[in-house]
Amino acid sequence: MIALDVDGRTIQVEAGITVLEACLQNGIFIPNLCFVKTRKRPHASCRLCFVEIDGLDRPVPSCTQRVRDGMKVRTDTEPVRRLQRSAFKLLMSTHICTPRECPTQGRCQLIRTAKLLKVSLKPSPLERLERDVDPVVRLGPLVHYPYRCVLCGRCVHVCGEESGHGLLTFAKRGFNTVVATFVSEGEEGPCAECSACVGVCPTGALTLEAPETAESEEPGRAADSGG
Amino acid sequence: MHKLDPEKRLALLAEEARKRQAQASREDVPTLRIVMSTCGLAAGAAETRAAFEEALERRGLEARIVAVGCLGHCYAEPLVVIHHPASGFPPLCYYNIDPGKARMLVDSFLLDGDPALEYVLGAMVPNDLLPAVTDFPRFSMEQRVVMEHCGAIDPHSLDDYLALGGYGALATALGRSPGWVLDEVARSGLRGRGGAGFPTGRKWRLAAEAPADSKVVICNADEGDPGAYMDRTIMESNPHQLLEGMALCAYAVGAEEAIVYVRAEYPLAVRTIQRAIDDARKAGLLGERILGSDFSLHIRVFQGSGAFVCGEETALIQSIEGRRGMPQHRPPYPVEAGLWGRPTVVNNVKTLSTVPAILTRGAHWFRSIGTEKSPGTAIFSVVGNVTHAGLVEIPMGTTLRTLIFDVCGGIPKKKAFKAVQIGGPSGGCLSGDFLDTSIDFDSLTEAGAMMGSGGMVVMDEDSCMVDVARYFLDFTQNESCGKCTFCRIGTRHLLLILDRITKGEGREEDLELLDTLSRDIRDGSLCGLGKTAPNPVLTSLRYFRDEYEAHVREKRCPALKCRALTAFYIDLDKCARGCDACVGCCPVEAIFTTRGRKKAIDQELCVKCGECVTACPPEYDAVVRVSPAHLAPIIERPQPSEGRG
Ligand SMILES: Cc1cc2nc3c(=O)[nH]c(=O)nc-3n(C[C@H](O)[C@H](O)[C@H](O)COP(=O)(O)O)c2cc1C
Ligand code: SF4
Ligand code: SF4
Ligand code: FES
Repeated sequence: MIALDVDGRTIQVEAGITVLEACLQNGIFIPNLCFVKTRKRPHASCRLCFVEIDGLDRPVPSCTQRVRDGMKVRTDTEPVRRLQRSAFKLLMSTHICTPRECPTQGRCQLIRTAKLLKVSLKPSPLERLERDVDPVVRLGPLVHYPYRCVLCGRCVHVCGEESGHGLLTFAKRGFNTVVATFVSEGEEGPCAECSACVGVCPTGALTLEAPETAESEEPGRAADSGG
Repeated sequence: MHKLDPEKRLALLAEEARKRQAQASREDVPTLRIVMSTCGLAAGAAETRAAFEEALERRGLEARIVAVGCLGHCYAEPLVVIHHPASGFPPLCYYNIDPGKARMLVDSFLLDGDPALEYVLGAMVPNDLLPAVTDFPRFSMEQRVVMEHCGAIDPHSLDDYLALGGYGALATALGRSPGWVLDEVARSGLRGRGGAGFPTGRKWRLAAEAPADSKVVICNADEGDPGAYMDRTIMESNPHQLLEGMALCAYAVGAEEAIVYVRAEYPLAVRTIQRAIDDARKAGLLGERILGSDFSLHIRVFQGSGAFVCGEETALIQSIEGRRGMPQHRPPYPVEAGLWGRPTVVNNVKTLSTVPAILTRGAHWFRSIGTEKSPGTAIFSVVGNVTHAGLVEIPMGTTLRTLIFDVCGGIPKKKAFKAVQIGGPSGGCLSGDFLDTSIDFDSLTEAGAMMGSGGMVVMDEDSCMVDVARYFLDFTQNESCGKCTFCRIGTRHLLLILDRITKGEGREEDLELLDTLSRDIRDGSLCGLGKTAPNPVLTSLRYFRDEYEAHVREKRCPALKCRALTAFYIDLDKCARGCDACVGCCPVEAIFTTRGRKKAIDQELCVKCGECVTACPPEYDAVVRVSPAHLAPIIERPQPSEGRG
């Protein structure tokens, strides 16, 4: 075990884990969407888990830092919060929140993050961005809601590295990036039995349930709750 | 033969090469060197060459035609250097040689001995007869280390390279030790030319010391910056120099495998490098037991599919491994765990191409060029509103002013300089206040721009800086890999905000929003693409803030560039009664005849293409562009009944 100082509190954790895990294990919440424990190399794409660490001159994603004995970490500084709020607003500018239908049933990481950061679920001052995607997409037997997806890549990772199927992938590029599957249309594949991806999706963007009513997913009909 | 040391073996190879060269070139036969790198081909060099061949055949003349690489004078292409010993003239460099001039030169110079001096740029060597190009500012202020032999040697000829002492540094190194190479490169102070300027010696030492059985060297020739073509040109003009640099790196770090990562859009570079690899292998300069030593190296070419982000080293490695080209978090750096987890050195084409000269002439010599912290030369492809666009190699520490105004001939059409964008799409836009900035890694970064990999765009007074920022953001947001939040979504917002400002729909809060969002994207993105993408916005906001304010507050584009904010009208005092030069050119028939038989523009119909400005005869020069758009006087179209009076 090693000891580190987080926001003035000393915590004991096992060596080799990340600062993010160390904090989460000790009840210190750091917003995070893309972290998966089994990843050899951090994906570090959601850019929410920033912390400040003594000796580093700017905030770093805590999922990319391994704990060191005597490390001093601060999770609640102004630069950290600024970046987190900014990343969150950006995500919300492409996300559509439909709390009633959402399969996360309030366990949504985005809502939890909004509460911690004390911001609304609205993207303002940013505008909402339209994406060139269908509201509901069939990925083999999976049902995918691109407007909920934050492209954290957890599903792609568990499908490939954990369940060994390698059927999910990112397709297209840049702002148009989407999750896609190699399962052909109409085929079942191993998805219904596996459903590992459904379990790790932090935003309820993947389900095996029948598609929700189309209108509730119309862009623009976003319920700006929580704000 | 196997008892010889590498240097002696190389000496034999070079001697054979010189013999073959001597046989091929006879004193009485003229030599025509035609620049046939991509820049030359784009200007029509292939047609020029065909015209020479055809004219020579028609006249029954003998001449040796050699396709060479780029001389750097891309503005004057197609370029041909003719050496006609019997004429008594030194080798002459001819510019803008189209097929017609090619046929003329065969008749007048090769047949009749008249060199047609009006088409000569200059002689290639100092002489008593006519000015030499070496006296031009372009040449005298340049200092060529990497491009020394570009345009002079045949890139497809290993003999040409060997005859100039090529592979000499490798032979020397093989006779010494990897440690010697590491020490020399470290002592030279060479910094990576791919953008970040990381000390090459340190990178190589890390790779050399990394514990692993197998290591890799990758030459980064992705070159995705729009308008940049330094790396392509070097590969097309002197491929063996790059291969020698790669071999030296591999020897120094203990790698037996190397890859040239070239974008597939560079077919000529791919072919040239591949041929050079094959030739070098056949000559024992690559492959197993190079020059009889224990060192073996296999180099192959990997063709990337041309995504800008694949120039980022971790994305590049992913792409070779067959994965989506997405950057990875560093550390681990490639020197620790790169291609297939092996220690990997990734270096730019220019970095590697510099190494043979450093080892041949010494670290001390290299340090004598450039500045203390940025030794050596910088290669830029200078494009935009500049008289002599092309490739230049200058000592680090040269000022922007010298580069733009002396070496590249300044701004054409008597326009004023406005800004220079350095460092590719994610570099910064610097204003005239920065013209005396020294070109080196640290000074440019301090000014808010960056060295980048050598793209430079010069802009004159007609450029709108908001529009320029929008242009570069359009590029970077398109090239974002989509992995991380800030870059994927943030650059999109930046682009939309800039877009609405150029359309006159900007809001007062937008300036603040642009600034904070840009800083967040810079500080929050995963890789260099996102971290640097906001640079054009941040620098233009800082140095040209008044232009942003004019767009937002007055709906005015000071450079008269943004269509939505400008209008054209015809100055009735200048318009010539009865002239209708502009009428036919308007694609939407917006120009009509006024009661006074002059012309006017229907603002409702006008699409602001500017065709009428070009069509109006210069002696009248009656079409005026104004901003904001409401400044254009509204002139009513006469009713059909009264129109033709
Ligand atoms: C978006 C992006 C694009 C890049 N493109 C190139 C490139 O085209 N060529 C290059 O040599 N380096 C490029 N780099 C830099 C490389 O990641 C790497 O630093 C470089 O190849 C190292 O070589 P050097 O040490 O010789 O400079 C790029 C970096 C980023 C972030
Ligand atoms: S579907 Fe869910 S798990 Fe997959 S990338 Fe989107 S948000 Fe992440
Ligand atoms: S900064 Fe842009 S290019 Fe780099 S990883 Fe993030 S999304 Fe991809
Ligand atoms: S959890 Fe660290 S960047 Fe997403």
